[in-house]
Amino acid sequence: MAMGNPSVALTPSAVIVTSGAGRRRRRGSVRILSPIAAVGLWQAASSSGILPPSKLASPASIARTAYDLVVHSSPTYGTIQASLLASCQRWVIGFVLGIVIAVLLAIVTGLSSTCETIFDPLLQALRSVPLLGLIPLFIVWFGIGQLPKVLFVLLSALFPMYLNTFAGIRGVDSKLGELGQVLGLRRSELIRHVVLPGALPAALTGLQLSVVASLLALVVGEQINATSGLGFMITQAQQFLNNSVIMVALIVYAILGLLANGAVRLLERKVLAWRRDFVE
Amino acid sequence: MAPRLRGVKEHDLISEQTVVSAPGQLTAAPAASVRGLSRTFGDRTILAGLDLDIAQGEFIALIGRSGSGKSTLLRALAGLDREVTGQISVAGPVSVAFQEPRLVPWKKVLANVALGLRGPDPRDRARIALDEVGLTERADAWPGTLSGGEAQRASLARALVREPRLLLLDEPFSALDALTRISMHRLVLNLWTRHRPAVLLVTHDVDEALALADRILVLGGGRIAHSSPITVPRPRDRDHPDLIALRLSLLTELGVPAGDTD
Repeated sequence: MAMGNPSVALTPSAVIVTSGAGRRRRRGSVRILSPIAAVGLWQAASSSGILPPSKLASPASIARTAYDLVVHSSPTYGTIQASLLASCQRWVIGFVLGIVIAVLLAIVTGLSSTCETIFDPLLQALRSVPLLGLIPLFIVWFGIGQLPKVLFVLLSALFPMYLNTFAGIRGVDSKLGELGQVLGLRRSELIRHVVLPGALPAALTGLQLSVVASLLALVVGEQINATSGLGFMITQAQQFLNNSVIMVALIVYAILGLLANGAVRLLERKVLAWRRDFVE
Repeated sequence: MAPRLRGVKEHDLISEQTVVSAPGQLTAAPAASVRGLSRTFGDRTILAGLDLDIAQGEFIALIGRSGSGKSTLLRALAGLDREVTGQISVAGPVSVAFQEPRLVPWKKVLANVALGLRGPDPRDRARIALDEVGLTERADAWPGTLSGGEAQRASLARALVREPRLLLLDEPFSALDALTRISMHRLVLNLWTRHRPAVLLVTHDVDEALALADRILVLGGGRIAHSSPITVPRPRDRDHPDLIALRLSLLTELGVPAGDTD
């Protein structure tokens, strides 16, 4: 409860950050040089025999392997597209369910202290369990099919999203709550116009963390007794000591991660337009 | 939404009727009436049985030293403080303009003004209100892009569009530069003349109070310690002899020795 006159005047125009965005853009083309140089060195090391192909395939042979895996369906590995589809399916189902559950939980616990008392301690306790350690238990419980893998992805997506969205809801400026009261907003209006939009920046940070965590969970979870997907490809390649297939699968994972992250960034730019206007 | 103290609902109806039947009469039911209002924070008593009547359409400036309870009284009138004891009755809708404009950052200016507005065509009415404060061309701007003065004007538009019977202004100009403040004073007087809400302006600026108010109240010891009506017609000359005399007596009342002001 504020007392007396608040002595600090908050004018929204006070936060104007002039960033070196232009300078950064110009530097963008230069920034790509060092990765290219690294690949060049790698290729040189492979070609000259310093780096034996049994340890690490050369970039050229990885590219060839990738091409082959796209064009031909090998009896051992199938095609990359099919594996990618299987992995994506697992990831999307787990991720979407995890995010939806997290957001619902965060809204419920964020808006009601009773629900917070009921759910939050449980969620905090679950969060502190290392997810990777759950894999053996999941196999015992759910076998080796699709379910434990999806569930694993789901749980990894759930916690970062839940924690950040909850913090976002609780972090909405209480002065805006007072404003809502003065304007005679109904509770539902306050939630829709003030609380949820106010929690959005934090929720989107949570979404980004959830993308990273769930992709990691996908990579790990998929390598357990998988019969399809990128993880299956990797375990097969491991048995045949084919490191170029492993590299191809890893690169596909990386691309998947980049795309998902880019999508979240794009979403952020779109829904947080009110912020961009005075931060950029 | 704000739970007023009991018996206010009936009060609302009575005074609405009074106003309709006797337009222009300031002495009818007061716009707000406060009896025995007390508020303590811990063991500090901020308000101690305060009584106050605000007539319909009256412009009151409330001054007092820091921590004298000016904002506490305003928050109580706004229905934001549930821990006050005593009686408050308010005739009709109350609007507040806060010290910080409190625009919702993720709503454009027009949507901010229309937020929670009931009745037909809220956006049209909001547009008219923005027009009145001279902010028409900023209707589509994000609040974060407004200047301090523009943001306060938007906040005033949002308060006025609700056609309040009582308008509470909590030091809304204190963070503005001197020039902007002068133009805001003109704007407020203009809007007040046109809409005639009762106004309670909390300020620590004696000159602001002298320029705007019908009556200046000094808060001290948890009550209204001093009340000075001002009859000098507006727009007021700062150097009007009555105002000079009143300024001196108010500053003395506030405990600032004469000749010690800026």
